[in-house]
Amino acid sequence: MFRYYLKLGALSIRKNPILSALMVAAIATGIGACMTIINIDYVMSGNPIPHRSDVLYHVQLDSWDPYEAYRDPDQPPDQTTYIDSTALLEAAKARRQVVSYRSGRVIEPQGEDQLPMQVSSRSTSADFFAMFDTPFLYGGGWDKASDDRREYVVVLSKAINEQLFGGENSVGRDIIMNGDPYRVSGVLDDWEPIPRYYDVSNGAFDEIEEVFFPFSVSIALELSSSGNTSCWKMPEEGGQQAFLNSECIWMQVWVELHGESEVREYQAFLDAYAESQKELGRFPRPLNNRLKNVMEWMEDQEVVEEDVQVLLGLAVLFLIVCLLNTIGLLLAKIMRRSGDISLRRALGASRRAVFSQYIVEAGLIGLAGGVFGIALTWLGLQGIKILYGELEFVGRIVGMDWIIILAAIGLAIVSALGAALYPTWRACGIHPASQLKTL
Amino acid sequence: MELGPIWRALLRNKTSYSLIALQIAVTMAIMVNAIGIIQERSALMARSSGVDEDNLFYVNSIGFSPDLEFQALVAEDLEALRNFPGVRNAVMTNTVPLQGGGWSQGVQVEPGEEFEATSVAIYFVDEHGIDTFGVNLIAGRNFTPTEITWYDPEGDVRWPPQGIISQAMAAELFPDLDPEEVVGKVTYIDDATPVTIIGITERMQAAWKSWSGVERSMLVPFKRGENFARYVIRTKPGYRDEVIPQIEQMLAESNKGRIIRHTRTMTEVRKRSYLEDSAMVKLLVFIVSLLTAITSLGIVGLASFSVARRTKQIGIRRALGATQLAILRYFMLENFLVSSVGVLAGAMLAVALNIWMVQTFELTRVAWYLIPAAMLVLWIVGQLAVYGPARRASMVSPAVATRAV
Repeated sequence: MFRYYLKLGALSIRKNPILSALMVAAIATGIGACMTIINIDYVMSGNPIPHRSDVLYHVQLDSWDPYEAYRDPDQPPDQTTYIDSTALLEAAKARRQVVSYRSGRVIEPQGEDQLPMQVSSRSTSADFFAMFDTPFLYGGGWDKASDDRREYVVVLSKAINEQLFGGENSVGRDIIMNGDPYRVSGVLDDWEPIPRYYDVSNGAFDEIEEVFFPFSVSIALELSSSGNTSCWKMPEEGGQQAFLNSECIWMQVWVELHGESEVREYQAFLDAYAESQKELGRFPRPLNNRLKNVMEWMEDQEVVEEDVQVLLGLAVLFLIVCLLNTIGLLLAKIMRRSGDISLRRALGASRRAVFSQYIVEAGLIGLAGGVFGIALTWLGLQGIKILYGELEFVGRIVGMDWIIILAAIGLAIVSALGAALYPTWRACGIHPASQLKTL
Repeated sequence: MELGPIWRALLRNKTSYSLIALQIAVTMAIMVNAIGIIQERSALMARSSGVDEDNLFYVNSIGFSPDLEFQALVAEDLEALRNFPGVRNAVMTNTVPLQGGGWSQGVQVEPGEEFEATSVAIYFVDEHGIDTFGVNLIAGRNFTPTEITWYDPEGDVRWPPQGIISQAMAAELFPDLDPEEVVGKVTYIDDATPVTIIGITERMQAAWKSWSGVERSMLVPFKRGENFARYVIRTKPGYRDEVIPQIEQMLAESNKGRIIRHTRTMTEVRKRSYLEDSAMVKLLVFIVSLLTAITSLGIVGLASFSVARRTKQIGIRRALGATQLAILRYFMLENFLVSSVGVLAGAMLAVALNIWMVQTFELTRVAWYLIPAAMLVLWIVGQLAVYGPARRASMVSPAVATRAV
């Protein structure tokens, strides 16, 4: 019967091409608008590291101004001071701990034909690569001993390795940054965490840095952060040492903890650490130290732009308007066929049979709407890319994956069936005899 | 008027008409709120940054060679830039308005940790700062060359003792005083370091366009930096685009121990800064137009259907003496009634949606007049949409009445 209804549905769609086209267009437009925004929201709020997001915790210590919270209501700072970052690193109370900050370097030419290149760099500690499970093309990260000995080692991104070494295995070779030679210890494979969760304070949708090297080296080189630095009071005096000892926040600390008990223990350790600092006259605010896992941290930092959320709300309403439109048109179509329905009912068709027939037809329209909707979603995303083109990260959030395509088709069919329910129900209610008289 | 009969006829086919009314209502809710956001964003984009945007650009000099004599290099660069043909003035500073990155500092009118400070955007400049940015000094004076100091990490001067603040900052610190009276006042940076206000600018925005204190800025007679210098250059009108490549080349060639990067004109800075807002405006305009089109198609569809279904009745009315105009008026009035229900519900829905949006997001309330305006627009759209089918209805021949009754 189902195949017969499919045939009937296709026939009926062809019989009323304009009305059918209008319905398909309404569903497709609604789906297109809705899915475009849902796609962006989905990518922006995606989990950048699904297999480890619940064991990676971002550390917040409230070392801020006694008279004013870092952010209302009573939020601790979103970065950490040098003193606290290094203290947590040395205490090594978690399975793994990483401190890092964004910096910038200039790679000097090797040969005559190359120009000096400005690169973005991340000064970090040994566990970075294991903790964030970075993929390596060649070699690997450095170890804690290299951090302690302040070794000049570097991990290159795949792209910068292409530029410098033509994509060859460069492990063991040297590059010169700001006058100093660094040994390449590893080359990353493609790695594009979206959002770039390990440092959302400095561009949640930026690309990863081009080079990574030990933060102990960059501190020794007095290299300051190229990201955000906030201070609630100025360093006691000028110079690097005073800045390191100051209450300025500019580093990010992540720890790896498995299970609730480890989280609780680490929280206790943080609070004890804050208490010990209070005795030294620091941490003037009440205890307010927080551990947030990856997704909690993304939510806390409001990684998804507010505009996207506003648009999402409007897009859902937009879909509702399109569906109301479809319900109206379907109703019109079915009412126009009251005669047919009466005849079928008079010849013995059950209500269920009439219902099945029209639901199948509506499903077909939904499917067509979904397919066109996907095309419109793709167009919509291209439009977004053109509109926001100058923001580099937008190219990274307009990709479409198969989940979105399936979701679009699913949403279209569910919408069409939902829209069809009422008109179909009305069709079932048509009496066998009522319309026959006028035939 | 035949409002009564029309209304009773409507009630016999409630569902179809309430669907259209509901569609109009939701359309109106979206329309009002979208236009509210459009107005808000457009107002943001229309604000002036206070600087001479058409003729400004900046270049970054990033030193990498360990033998770079930074302070000497800056002095040479500024000298060369200021004498460059087509250039009016140049200054080394940390950022430009709307650029997105900058330095902010708390300033208070009384010394002591316990007093609350007002954050202000800091621009480090020398005595050429005012002229280079092209801001207006409305009270007080500019810095003198002797007041300009280089920041020395080992030295005693942690912060220069003079500052020039924007009018908005003056009003924030001293709400009761005129700009002239603020000149000479002493304020405190970092709880205790005194800074005397020597001048007031009419307007100079901060680097962060979404910051609530975007109008608060302070010029500070300081030169800071170790390897990195950002030069802001003001050209004579019309020379900007011509001068940029020449200056990049001149700077790059004058010293090989640094690279010149990230040149950006103030026009680009503004465009980039407000890119999301202008894109949002375009998106919302698109959404509202599309939505209006879909709703009017819905009206056309339903009206055509109802005309087709009532062909016989129309024929009977015509045969009984109704004029074409009466038929046309019937359908126009019918649509007017449906639209009225729709826009009244829409007004309530729009207000509800707005209340929700204001509570959930950082939006402001929409202007009240948008609601009657949207009602009017949707009434007109409805009448235009129904005109086609209504006209077709008025063409129905009275002879139809005689067939197949």
